[in-house]
Amino acid sequence: MPTKIEKDAVTGTMTTGHEWDGIRELNTPLPKWWLWVFYATIVWSIGYYVLYPTLPGLNGILGWSQRAELADGMAAERERIRPMLDRIRATPVTEIRNQPDLAAFAVAGGRAAFADNCAPCHGAGGAGAKGGFPSLADDEWIWGGDPDAIQRTVAFGIRSAHPETRQSQMPRFGTDGLLTPAQISDTAEFVLSLSGRAAVPVAVERGRAIYAEQCAACHGAEGRGMAELGAPSLADQIWLYGGDKAAIEHSIQVARGGVMPAWTDRLDEATIRMLTLYVHQLGGGR
Amino acid sequence: MSAITAMDGVAGPAPQDLPARAAFRPVEDVVRAFVVATMFWGVAAFAAGVFIALQLAFPILNLDLEWTTFGRLRPLHTSAAIFAFGGNALLGTSIHVVQRTCRARLFGGDLMGWFLFWGYQLFIVLAATGYLMGITQSKEYAEPEWYVDLWLTIVWVAYLLAYLGTIMRREEPHIYVANWFYLAFIVTIAMLHIVNNLAVPVSFTGTKSYILFSGVQDAMVQWWYGHNAVGFFLTAGFLGMMYYFIPKQADRPVYSYRLSIVHFWSLIFLYIWAGPHHLHYTALPDWAQTLGMTFSIMLWMPSWGGMINGLMTLSGAWDKLRTDPALRFSVTAVAFYGMSTFEGPVMSIKPVNALSHYTDWTIGHVHSGALGWVAFIVFGAVYYLVPVLWKRPQLYSTRLVSWHFWIATLGIVLYITAMWVSGIMQGLMWRAYDELGFLQYAFVETVAAMHPFYLIRALGGVCFLVGSFIMIYNLWMTVRQPVAVAAQPAAAE
Repeated sequence: MPTKIEKDAVTGTMTTGHEWDGIRELNTPLPKWWLWVFYATIVWSIGYYVLYPTLPGLNGILGWSQRAELADGMAAERERIRPMLDRIRATPVTEIRNQPDLAAFAVAGGRAAFADNCAPCHGAGGAGAKGGFPSLADDEWIWGGDPDAIQRTVAFGIRSAHPETRQSQMPRFGTDGLLTPAQISDTAEFVLSLSGRAAVPVAVERGRAIYAEQCAACHGAEGRGMAELGAPSLADQIWLYGGDKAAIEHSIQVARGGVMPAWTDRLDEATIRMLTLYVHQLGGGR
Repeated sequence: MSAITAMDGVAGPAPQDLPARAAFRPVEDVVRAFVVATMFWGVAAFAAGVFIALQLAFPILNLDLEWTTFGRLRPLHTSAAIFAFGGNALLGTSIHVVQRTCRARLFGGDLMGWFLFWGYQLFIVLAATGYLMGITQSKEYAEPEWYVDLWLTIVWVAYLLAYLGTIMRREEPHIYVANWFYLAFIVTIAMLHIVNNLAVPVSFTGTKSYILFSGVQDAMVQWWYGHNAVGFFLTAGFLGMMYYFIPKQADRPVYSYRLSIVHFWSLIFLYIWAGPHHLHYTALPDWAQTLGMTFSIMLWMPSWGGMINGLMTLSGAWDKLRTDPALRFSVTAVAFYGMSTFEGPVMSIKPVNALSHYTDWTIGHVHSGALGWVAFIVFGAVYYLVPVLWKRPQLYSTRLVSWHFWIATLGIVLYITAMWVSGIMQGLMWRAYDELGFLQYAFVETVAAMHPFYLIRALGGVCFLVGSFIMIYNLWMTVRQPVAVAAQPAAAE
């Protein structure tokens, strides 16, 4: 279309005189506020370039860098909590409990460390989870529930790669053919009787003899368990892998043995002590 | 430029009123096909979005199958929304607009048009099937592997040639602003796509390849690409759409030619440098982060230039918002565009980014742009285009357009407010310390706290999806109407 500049009746502004498929354009000047804000952002940016790193080698007059800011912040924080951590390292775990300010600090630190490192298996607040992740909020302890025992478990783990790990192995009675299916059934019936749930007295009697021979050495004659060997109590209602007869038979069949990593190589001594105290006060520490 | 004719009233210039000129026959079947594909992939993208939103709220919906996990469906959703829905809309409208505003038939004619259409659909299907099978180069918005990238390169270069060829054979003396934006989109996407996908295939019979760059250089190239996918695909391209359809729908001249020039050049000059703001507080050197942040701030007004031009074009036609809900879509789109392009610079400021980065706030920001700006400007354009392309007197039902508008707007508001609250809460929980200096919350606690907002977000997505079904029903019924009679000039365009 040939150029034809016109006046727009509504706004009184002239058009540019061009037209495309019926569309025309007004020749309105740039909005002043728009232009000035645009300039202001440019001026602000130039100011920022003077103050902060802008090009390789041009580091700004403030001398700021994100690495230095992070390092300084971390160093200041470390310095702030160092006296408390020093006291935790220097004080026996059992003694920390008698110093209220230190205990409060340790439990708070333990809670944060637990949430990051332990909660994925043991659950938020140590509630435990199905499939072999024991609750830490009750007073049943597989490997012992006094502060020293808990600290050792946290530091070296259970069946971990660490040389000082807690270690024990239940025989695979069924898988390795040590007991027949009938004997396993009878043993399970006896195990049920330990928590008062047996249904078939004859089977209990047959199982009693097998239990005494095969199981009592670790789990105890009355099934109360043995913390030194990590053998859990069979005489209560707490079952890591299920407590009905089928589940117990399966546990006898394949044998169980959970794994927990050693934390001594991943967390510092003070954190392990704080974790110990946190876990100990969750509900059932001895 | 010499003759200044003071005419009273610029009447709505329908083509019929124009002086008789040589007849020109635009390629239209292809544009119709692109419109159908736009709506088809749109529904697919929205449905996939609703499903993965529900997966985040209820992880069991991952179905324990590798093909239906969130990790594979998420790129399916983003690519369907950006490249399938948005891409088909851009290709279709750009072919429509360039022909109309140049008064020239598409370079390459129908054959070129159909090659672009089927070539692009093949790209979409190749990309989507790859995602489901786990074939990915793990670059956000550039997930397709080398064989898909090569095919898209061929299609895209053909698109560029078709577009340039059409402009070069134009009958109009000047190139309309919509075409500047469409062309900036096509050229820049070609450059971004090629550089970010420079990779060496392990073998020509396998799907796996390795990217040429490594480490922080790779991250920088990726976000140079990623941010400009936003800048040139989702912004410049759709601004081109806006510059044609809003003046058409409002039947008013564009507000300011000067503003369109200044904001076009400032936008494309500044946008290309803003990518590093995606890598604040990472291994990226401080100076590059500074660059990304300051250019994002300076980008604020150039972005708003488009908003001003879109909104102010309605001067003298604001009353049409009451009677034309399709125009309401376009204008609301521009308002959402203005909001997102303000929120973006704010989020690029490092202390703000320290809170917002890696949280749902980013997801909310993206969706106020994707749903509010991109989808709404497409809806407005498609509501305008369908009666024009199918030569029907008008839409089947204006009331249904209105219903679509309100239900989709409600969906967006639910979505973005839920993500603002969720994202800011998430960011604050991550950095919360107790009085002794230990972190207050475990990660899993932040996930649990977000659950209610994930439900609200999914509800917003359902609203948006329902709206698109209303739209498709309305368009279908429109096309089923009898063809407009030639004696009704007001109706056909």
